[in-house]
Amino acid sequence: MRTGIENYRQRLEQTALNPLAQTTPGYYTFVLFLAAVVAWGLYAYVIQLRYGLIATGMRDVVIWGLYLVNFVFFIGISHAGTLISAILRVTQAGWRTPVTRMAELITVVAISIGALMPLIDMGRPERVANLLLFGRFQSPLLWDIISITSYLTGSLIYLYLPMIPDLALMRDRLGDRASAIKRTIYTVMAVGWRNTPEQRHRLEKAIGIMAVTIIPIAISVHTVVSYVFSMTLRPGWDSTVFGIYFVIGAIFSGIASILIVMAIFRRLFHLEEYITEKHFRYLSYLLLSTLFLYLYLTLGEYITIGYKLEEEEKHLLELLMLGKSAPTFWFFVVGGTVVPAILLLIRRGPTIPRIVTAAVLINVGMWIKRFVILVPSLQVPLMPFEFGAYAPTWVEWSITAGAFAAFMLIFALFAKFLPVLSIWEVAEQAETETASSRVTEELRAS
Amino acid sequence: MQRQNKKLTRRQFVTGSVGAMGLLAILSSPFIAVLNRARAATGTAPITEGKKPTRAWCMVIDLKKCEGCVTIGVPPQCTQACIAGHFVPQGQQWIQVYEVESPGGGTFFMPTPCYQCDNAPCVNVCPVAATYHNKEGIVLIDHRRCIGCRLCMAACPYQRRFFNWGTPKLPPEAAFAEYSPFYPVPAVKGTVIKCMFCAHMLEAGKLPLCVTGCPMKALYMGDLNEDIASNGAEVVKLSKFLDENDAFRYKEGLGTQPRVWYLPGHGQAFGRKPDDHREFKTPTWTWGDSGFNHHPGIWPWGEDF
Repeated sequence: MRTGIENYRQRLEQTALNPLAQTTPGYYTFVLFLAAVVAWGLYAYVIQLRYGLIATGMRDVVIWGLYLVNFVFFIGISHAGTLISAILRVTQAGWRTPVTRMAELITVVAISIGALMPLIDMGRPERVANLLLFGRFQSPLLWDIISITSYLTGSLIYLYLPMIPDLALMRDRLGDRASAIKRTIYTVMAVGWRNTPEQRHRLEKAIGIMAVTIIPIAISVHTVVSYVFSMTLRPGWDSTVFGIYFVIGAIFSGIASILIVMAIFRRLFHLEEYITEKHFRYLSYLLLSTLFLYLYLTLGEYITIGYKLEEEEKHLLELLMLGKSAPTFWFFVVGGTVVPAILLLIRRGPTIPRIVTAAVLINVGMWIKRFVILVPSLQVPLMPFEFGAYAPTWVEWSITAGAFAAFMLIFALFAKFLPVLSIWEVAEQAETETASSRVTEELRAS
Repeated sequence: MQRQNKKLTRRQFVTGSVGAMGLLAILSSPFIAVLNRARAATGTAPITEGKKPTRAWCMVIDLKKCEGCVTIGVPPQCTQACIAGHFVPQGQQWIQVYEVESPGGGTFFMPTPCYQCDNAPCVNVCPVAATYHNKEGIVLIDHRRCIGCRLCMAACPYQRRFFNWGTPKLPPEAAFAEYSPFYPVPAVKGTVIKCMFCAHMLEAGKLPLCVTGCPMKALYMGDLNEDIASNGAEVVKLSKFLDENDAFRYKEGLGTQPRVWYLPGHGQAFGRKPDDHREFKTPTWTWGDSGFNHHPGIWPWGEDF
């Protein structure tokens, strides 16, 4: 039994550390491609800085566009980390261990990219310091800033803490396979971890505290993101359900993102032994339940305004369901919820491709849903005039592409530098599992 | 354990430094007040006026008199006067006249300046206090502070705010204007702009440009404190005038408490009938052919649309 665990641990370390030491040409090509897309996005931003927001498709009626859609989307998928690592840790769901690191990483990267979006959207980005110099706490934007920066800080700590034992492992095991600089960084970041019982106890305690702390912060983040919209007197936004609606939407798209990231790393880094069908299945149950929650809230949102049909709300619903926004709206409904629900419910065909297809559809649908929440509400005329129009320009599309490329690029770089698997937690989980199976075997024997 | 006796323990260090930071914060608060005053003196903070009788500016718009200038065959003259007087960038109508369909058939004309709401949603949401009420109840914008987030535009239920999406093309004389939130000329790229009740005119004891520009004398500037209003031709007792003419405020139900009252009607004081289909002209600009300095297209090549 003892040797079995030892073997397992050795294999685990081998699999998890291998990608850090070996790099294929394909990887470099991919990174270069992503860097090129990011550079193109930066070029578009330079154009925008030079001419102002006139370079975008936004005008006086539809005053916000793709940037804010991306903002809500990225902040949304950042909820992946909290759900998986914090909630599942608090509820002591042991199967979470192989996916926690990826989930926390999604959180950190997604918040960073998401938080950039409102800055890109600013008319005078050079005055960003005014938010600190003259900040008014009565403004929803300040709530956003406080909430998002707390969440970013918390998530960084929460990503780092469970990484310390792994950093120590890399310091000790990688040896010549890592460059001198890398080893120094690992040594510094491992902060003298020797795996003593005292250190272990402290680490567990710290992680426990962070897990509990990060949950309310995460909920506050998407609540106040929704408040930017629901604190206004606009049709479709003027809603009391927006806080929880956005939070559920965030968790929904967050789980879908984890599933996609999991599938990619499983294939690329050969993690089939650790990330099994079971993980996809368990997460798909969570995905399905949030899908139904989200559908329920969506239905409640539209039926309460649709039943009464106030004039402005009526314009909005007509635009959404029958008018120019109908294709996007119905794509969200069918492609983003109905089809994924069917895929998740009817268990035919190979499990993982089926679940991942649903996850991809959900994420596309949720991006579109954010567009549907944001733009049509702005198009509805509040004064006696025509509907507003909005067509994003190449500048906006390029910056959006750049943001998505940056998201993947940070992931790709991280995966070359730090293990995407929480090695010590996976090993620990395997130990408890074997121990418990041995106990049951002994019980059965007696 | 032995070392702990000689040196500071971690706990002592943490509590000590937190205490010191707190003390520093409390002690430095008078300095922050001084700094704020210094900032106000250099003009980066909103301007507050000296001792003058406090006005509470408001506007009354008599819809019975407004006929959208269709009878004289020109664009609305209030808008034109506003454009000319403030070098308004092309496309923005700080006071805009809408042709509104009456529920009983026919149409009427509704001039819409900024309503200078007492419970202004735009002021509530501004993250940097760039838009604020002055003592006389006018909602002003400090374009030196505005960060261009457009939260105020999202919040305004009347869509009375405009954004300078690029550098506006203005006539050369606009460059000589001395900027103040009272007279936001020339318009600043990347900031929000709107009607400010001609605060610069009011300060000089004159009526706003739209009021003097209206050929039908349909617009009245009023002072709620002194209870009078004037359209330049007559002076009325404001409270009585509003009461006797069944005044209403636009979207009263929203609770924004606008400072603009409408007197119901549809231009009948000047003989306009609901079946009168004379052309309603849009305002014109003598500058800024396409508004802003640059018009990128939907593709990276060329400037189209």
